[in-house]
Amino acid sequence: MPTKIEKDVISGRETTGQVWDGLRELNTPIPRWWLYTFIATCVWSVGYVVVYPSVPGLFGYYHGAINYSTRVEVNGQVASIAAIRARSMDRIEATPFAQIASDPKLMAVAMAAGKITFANNCQPCHGAGGGGRPGFPTLASDSWIWGGKLEDIQTSVQHGIRNEDPDARMSQMPRFGVDGLLKPVEIAAVADYVLALRGANKDGTDVTAGGKLYAENCVACHGEKGEGKREVGAPNLRSAVNLYGTSKDAIIAQISAPRQGVMPGWNARLDAATIKSVAIYVHSLGGGE
Amino acid sequence: MNEYVTPPGGEVSLYGDRVRVYPRAVQGIARNFKWALLIFCLAVYYILPWVRWNRGPGNPNQAVLLDISTERFYFFGITFWPQDIVLLTGGLILAAVGLFLITSLFGRIWCGYACPQTVWTDLFMLVERWIEGDRNARMRRDAGPTSLDKVWRKLAKHSVWLGVAFWTGGGWIMYYVDAPTVVGDFWTGQASYGVYGFTFLFTATTYVLAGWAREQVCTYMCPWPRFQSAMLDEQTLIVTYQGWRGEPRGRGKRDVVPAPAFGDCIDCHACVHVCPTGIDIRDGVQLECIGCGLCVDACNEIMTRTSQPLWLIKWDTLARQAGLAKGELVEPIKLIRPRTLIYLAVLGIAVAAMGIGLAMRSLLEVSVQHERAPLFVRLHDGSLRNAYTLKLVNKYTHDVSFTVTVEAAMRAKLQVAGSTDAPADAITILVPADSVGAYRVFLDAAPGGVEAKNAEITFLLRDTTDNILIKRSANFIGAGKPGGG
Repeated sequence: MPTKIEKDVISGRETTGQVWDGLRELNTPIPRWWLYTFIATCVWSVGYVVVYPSVPGLFGYYHGAINYSTRVEVNGQVASIAAIRARSMDRIEATPFAQIASDPKLMAVAMAAGKITFANNCQPCHGAGGGGRPGFPTLASDSWIWGGKLEDIQTSVQHGIRNEDPDARMSQMPRFGVDGLLKPVEIAAVADYVLALRGANKDGTDVTAGGKLYAENCVACHGEKGEGKREVGAPNLRSAVNLYGTSKDAIIAQISAPRQGVMPGWNARLDAATIKSVAIYVHSLGGGE
Repeated sequence: MNEYVTPPGGEVSLYGDRVRVYPRAVQGIARNFKWALLIFCLAVYYILPWVRWNRGPGNPNQAVLLDISTERFYFFGITFWPQDIVLLTGGLILAAVGLFLITSLFGRIWCGYACPQTVWTDLFMLVERWIEGDRNARMRRDAGPTSLDKVWRKLAKHSVWLGVAFWTGGGWIMYYVDAPTVVGDFWTGQASYGVYGFTFLFTATTYVLAGWAREQVCTYMCPWPRFQSAMLDEQTLIVTYQGWRGEPRGRGKRDVVPAPAFGDCIDCHACVHVCPTGIDIRDGVQLECIGCGLCVDACNEIMTRTSQPLWLIKWDTLARQAGLAKGELVEPIKLIRPRTLIYLAVLGIAVAAMGIGLAMRSLLEVSVQHERAPLFVRLHDGSLRNAYTLKLVNKYTHDVSFTVTVEAAMRAKLQVAGSTDAPADAITILVPADSVGAYRVFLDAAPGGVEAKNAEITFLLRDTTDNILIKRSANFIGAGKPGGG
């Protein structure tokens, strides 16, 4: 490889010494301003090392002259945004539901907070938009077990259902089949009667026997006409929506060995204003009373 | 080594040093037209934000306002919404084709007279001449040593320049925020960072571009000179030096017998000295020429003084000049040619399309969005509910209320979400003036089996004041099996 460095007549500069197909390349130094910029960055870096956290150690690190920390900064930002939110959230906590509804701005905050909180905490079971899943109530519907008023929803969210919380909503349906309280034939008769309550007993089966059994065993909780009793969490049996199904098989299964769904209480995890916001959001989904 | 050739004069550089241009003052027809247009353009620019236009209470009363925070463009009686952005596209096409047409007819008169770069450069040169004197005085002072006279004049010039630039930068901001308000806020320190930032930015760009960069912008930064040649042809009216008449140029007596050895050009360089881009028009059409015609004025002055016919430099076409050079009889200037007709036709189509677009612009827009999660909800009485969000854009300055009904194969009732009214066949919703309303509505199909299937439905929205009917089709999602059983 020819490495003869030549001097170029036109520019007065030296070539790199290499020749490619007769082409020579000028050995052009970087511009002076570039060099100065480089030196300036070197100087800057020294200052940077002194001022900012820079040198790692075995048990810590050099914190820098101004003791800067991104973690402290982000905590400060989080705290400041929380302080801004607190202004609205404190008002939500202190304001009764009826007054929140008449304040569009506060309502907008509550709806936004409720929507996000719902998506983060409730959606896995209750589905996006409160659409429900098998065994988990559809919150967008107007069929409620424990009540669909804002206060009812608030209580359900606060304490949950059938959990360790002493204030949790509690109800226990007897296991009529498994514990031998009713014979399978009787259970089937009750199921027919329950279907008839809803007007879904289309084949005209005689439900007198079932009605008698219903009056003896079920009326206390589910009511004379099957309208249910929310204080004890007994579902309305005339509703077209039922948590564990509306077919005869589903009813028989539920009488024999009732499934008793559990919902955690959210008092420990969510603050009062957030729970209120969730209640407002759930109430707005379509079933609110 | 021996392949390299040293050019005459020794060193070459890939980069030419900037040759400072010291344009001389000149009087004449082109200059007068340029002043008139300058005054007009600047007057429009500086005064327009202060023009008021009553749009009723609650609306801005500035005639021209591009309100970014509320996403509205107010232009006198018209309010544009972001949805009207297509009209902006049309406007830009209009401007481009208009520029093509004008350029193919009269050369770069946009560059020479109306371009903001030209207008503000002219204004800055005017200031410069007032403070530092004309070409010769400026050249002498710049070449001379630093003196008190030089320093104060430079200081004064740059101060006035910065003042004009600030006025310009501030004027720009006034198109985006209410002018009287922003002026008050600006000086009391209450304007936003954006206002201060952009005022500074546009002050800086005006000062740099009109004070320092000047013709460098036209020659090196602007793309227009690079593709203008596609619009020019032999029939385009351009500023041209009549070489056949002027050459051979030279100084000397003209009234000698026999005929003098010179053409009409006395080689005085007046045309070069007045040129804002510092070129010699006698070299023919060139990239740097912005077609301002100041050289025409300068040459006419000289021709008058030397008692020769005017218009040695004139507006003419290349075709005519070629003919004249050969001593032929030349045709008059042809304004109507295929090129200009095509541009005119495109312009006409664009204008018509824009006009129709503006006239047909819908002031009410409705869209229906089906709720995606959940798609449907079974209610306790067995009916099936679908939720929809009605988005209504009301571009009117008055409230509009709609009566909403649904055309569907099944029995279905409507209810506004959150309303305490019972589901009904028709609901009324209100969209306040100049706003977008979003209503979540429920459509409950009565139990009976029909609701099990998906169905096409139609929302009918009737504007209760103007009785305008808007139809929007939507889908009703069925449960796939009958409810209630």
